[in-house]
Amino acid sequence: MASYTHTATIEDPATSTGTTGGSPPAWVDGGDDFHSQPLDARLRRARLGLFVGVVGIVMIFVSFTSAYVVRQGLPTFDSRTNSLVHDWIPVRLPKLLLMNTFVLLVSSITIELARRRAARNAALAQVASIPGVSIRGDEKISWLALTVTLGLLFLAGQAMAWRELAATGFYISATPSSSFVFLLTGMHGVHLVGGLIALLVAGVASLLHRSAQSQLILMDITGWYWHFMAVLWVYILVLLEFVR
Amino acid sequence: MAGGTGGGETIMATREFTAHETHAHAAPQGFIRKWIFSLDHKVIGLQYYFLALTAVFVGMFLSLLMRIHLIWPNITLPLLGDIKPETYLTLVTMHGTIMVFFVLTTAPQGGFGNYFLPIQIGAADMAFPVLNMLSFWVTALAFVVMLGAFFVTGGAPLHGWTGYPPLSAVQSAGPGEGAGADLWIISIALFCIGALMSALNFITTTLDMRTKGMSMMRMPLTCWAWFITAILGLLAFGVLFSAGILLLLDRNAGTSFYVPLTVFSGQIVAHKGGSPLLWQHLFWFFGHPEVYIAILPAMGLCSQLVSVFSRKPIFGYKAMVYAMLSIGLLGFMVWGHHMFMSGMSPYSAFAFSIMTMAIGVPSAIKTFNWLGTLWGGRIRFHSPMLFAIGFVSLFVSGGISGPFLAQPTLDIPLHDTAFVTGHFHLIMGVASIFGIFAATYYWFPKMFGRMMNESLARWHFWLTFVGTYCIFMPMHYAGMAGQPRRYSQFTELHYLEKLIPLNTFITFAAFVTISAQLIFLVNLFWSMKAGKKASDNPWEATTLEWTTATPPPHDNFGGHPPTVYNGPYEYGVPGAPQDFVMQTDPRTVAAH
Repeated sequence: MASYTHTATIEDPATSTGTTGGSPPAWVDGGDDFHSQPLDARLRRARLGLFVGVVGIVMIFVSFTSAYVVRQGLPTFDSRTNSLVHDWIPVRLPKLLLMNTFVLLVSSITIELARRRAARNAALAQVASIPGVSIRGDEKISWLALTVTLGLLFLAGQAMAWRELAATGFYISATPSSSFVFLLTGMHGVHLVGGLIALLVAGVASLLHRSAQSQLILMDITGWYWHFMAVLWVYILVLLEFVR
Repeated sequence: MAGGTGGGETIMATREFTAHETHAHAAPQGFIRKWIFSLDHKVIGLQYYFLALTAVFVGMFLSLLMRIHLIWPNITLPLLGDIKPETYLTLVTMHGTIMVFFVLTTAPQGGFGNYFLPIQIGAADMAFPVLNMLSFWVTALAFVVMLGAFFVTGGAPLHGWTGYPPLSAVQSAGPGEGAGADLWIISIALFCIGALMSALNFITTTLDMRTKGMSMMRMPLTCWAWFITAILGLLAFGVLFSAGILLLLDRNAGTSFYVPLTVFSGQIVAHKGGSPLLWQHLFWFFGHPEVYIAILPAMGLCSQLVSVFSRKPIFGYKAMVYAMLSIGLLGFMVWGHHMFMSGMSPYSAFAFSIMTMAIGVPSAIKTFNWLGTLWGGRIRFHSPMLFAIGFVSLFVSGGISGPFLAQPTLDIPLHDTAFVTGHFHLIMGVASIFGIFAATYYWFPKMFGRMMNESLARWHFWLTFVGTYCIFMPMHYAGMAGQPRRYSQFTELHYLEKLIPLNTFITFAAFVTISAQLIFLVNLFWSMKAGKKASDNPWEATTLEWTTATPPPHDNFGGHPPTVYNGPYEYGVPGAPQDFVMQTDPRTVAAH
C-alpha cells in the first residue's frame, strides 16, 4: 500500500547531465556562444548519437551480407538444360583494392591526428584566451586536409577498380557475384562521401573560427565515423575476397 | 468534468520563471523559421501530425473507391470514370503504402513522440534539433514523391504495399510499373532515411536528455513506448532501405537480385537467377517490426490514459515495460509467418509459428494489466479514455485472430483472403488510429490551450467504434467463406454471390465511418479557434507536460528544467492532499 511521506530523495539517473540536462548541444544550431553545458556532456551526447546512427548503417550492410550469402548457395533454373544449376561465378578482385585499402587505413591515422589536435586545442582554448599567453601549435600539417585528400584518392581508386572489373567482363549486371561487388563497394562509397562532407563542414568550421569546443565535437564524431568507414571497408573486402 | 485545479504549487512555481538562458537556440521570430523550417520539436511534432492528417484523408478516399468498386464494379464515377482492374490494384497499393508509412508510422511517433517525449522527460528539445527538422522534411518529400506516382505515365504502381517482385521489379510488368513504381521505391527509401534519422534522435534524447531525477523507471510508459519504437525503427528501416536499393538496381541497372528467368506479356525478361523470396525475407524482416512500430506508441499511450482516467497507478509498471521490450525483441524473429505460402520448409514454418504465438504472452500481460488498472478505478469517461478503452477492445478483437494466422495449417486456407484484411486492419490499422485519436483528445489542451468539444468527441467515438467493427468484423467471415483479398471484382464469381449483401453492408459502414471522421476534423479546427480555454492540467495528470504552461514555452519549462521526485502514475495516494501527486512534487511517495 502506498504511503505519503515528507522525506525527499532524488535518485540521480546514471546518464543525467544534472541541472542542465535539458538542452541540446549548441553546435547543431550554430549557437556558438552557448557555454552553459559542460564539454563532456555535449561530447557524450554527440558520440551517443553517432553510435546509434552507426547501428542503423550496420543494419543496411547486415542485410546486404545476408542477401550475398544466401544468393551464393541458391541454385537457379537453366532453360537450356531444363535443370537447376549453380550460376555463381567468383569475381577476381582487382589488386588495386589493396592499394585503396592502404590509403583508407592511412587516412584513418591522419584523421585520428586531426581529432587529437582538436581535443588539444579545446583544452588549451581557455589558456590561450588569457592576454599575453600564446600557445605554439604544431599547425604545419593540416591533418584534416590530408584526410580529405586521402579520402578522395580512395574514391578515385575505387572508381578505377570498377573500370578494371567492367573491362574484364564483370560489369554490374553481368553475374550475380559482380552485382554484389558493385553494390557493396558502391554503398560503402556513398557512405564515405557522407564522411567527406562532414570533414569539409569541420574544415569550414575551423576556418570560420568557431569555438574550439564546437570544432572538437564536430571533429570527434567525424573521426569516429571515419574509423567506422575504414573498419566497414576492411569487412567488405574480407567478405568479397574470402566468402566467394 | 475534471476541474482545472492543476498541479498545485508546481504550476504556480513555473509560472514565475521567464528566463530562457539555458536553451540552446533562441525562440525564432519570422514565420518561416517558426513554422516551416523550425528547430522546435513541438512545431516539428505538429508538422508530422498534419502531414499524417493529410495522408489519412487521401488514404481513406482511396479505400472508399475500393469499397465502391467492389460492390458496384461497373459504375462510372463522376470525374474519375471507370475503375479498371489495374486501377483497383493501384488503389490497393497506394492505400496500403500511404496508411502504413505516412499515417501509422508518422503520427504516433513523429507527431506525438516529437511533441511530448522531450517534455515528458524534462528536456528543452530533442538531442539534435537540426536532424529533427531534416527528418521531417525528408519524410514530407517522400510523401510528395509518393503522390507524384499518381501523375506520371502509367500512373501509380499496382504491386501492393508489400511490393513483391518480379511484378515490382520489371518495368513492363504492368501499367503502373514504369515510372510510378520507381517513384514508389524512391519515396520508400526517402522515408527510411527520415525514419532512421528520427530514430537516432529519439534514442539519444531518451538516454541522454532526461532531467534530474528522471530515471528510466520513472519515465511515463509513453516515453518507453517511443523509445522502444525508435529502437525497432533503427534496426528495421535500414533493412527496408537495403531491399529498396536492390529493387531499384534490378529495375534500372539490369541486375538480377530478385528477378528469375521469367516471362511477362509473352516476352522473356532480360534477367535470370534472381530470387523473389530474397525480397520477401528482407521486406518482412522490416515489415513485421513495422507492425509494432505502428502499435507500440498506442500501447504506451493507452497505459497512460487508463491510469490517468481510472485515478489508479498503472497495474504492473515494470511488467508493462518488459512486455513492450519482449514484444519488440520477438517482433524481429517472426517475419517468416508472412511467408508460410512461399514454399518454406515446414520446420522453419514451425519455428516461426511458435515464436509468433509467443508474442501472445506479452500482449496478454499488457491487456490484463490494462484491465487490472480499470478494475475498481474511479473511471472518468472523457473522450481520451473512451478511445483508450476502444483501443483495448480493438487490440483484443484484432489480436485474437493473430494466433489463428500464426499456424501454418490454418494460414494456408486463410492466406490472401479477406480474413487477413480484417485481422490486420483491426489490430494494426484501427487500433493505432484509436491511439492517435486518444492522443489528440488528450493532448489537444496542452498543444493548443483549448479543450476539444466533448459531445462532438463522443459522437465521433461511437460512430467510429461501431463503424470500424461493422467494417472489419464481417471481413473475417467473408474470408473464411473464401473471398480473396486484392481481387478487383468478385460479384460474378458464383461461389461468392452469397457474400454480396455482406459486402454491401461493409461498404455502407465504410461510408458512415468515413463521414464520421468529418466530425473529428470539424472539432479539431473549430476547437483550435473557439474551444473552451484549457487550464494547465485539465485531466489532473501527474506527468511533466502538465506542470508547464499551456501551450509550453519555446524551451518547454521557461528556463528552469524540472526535478523529478516521483513515478509517473501516483494516483489515489493515501494521505496526499489530492488524489494525484505530480512527478515534480518533492514530497515523495514511498514504494508501494
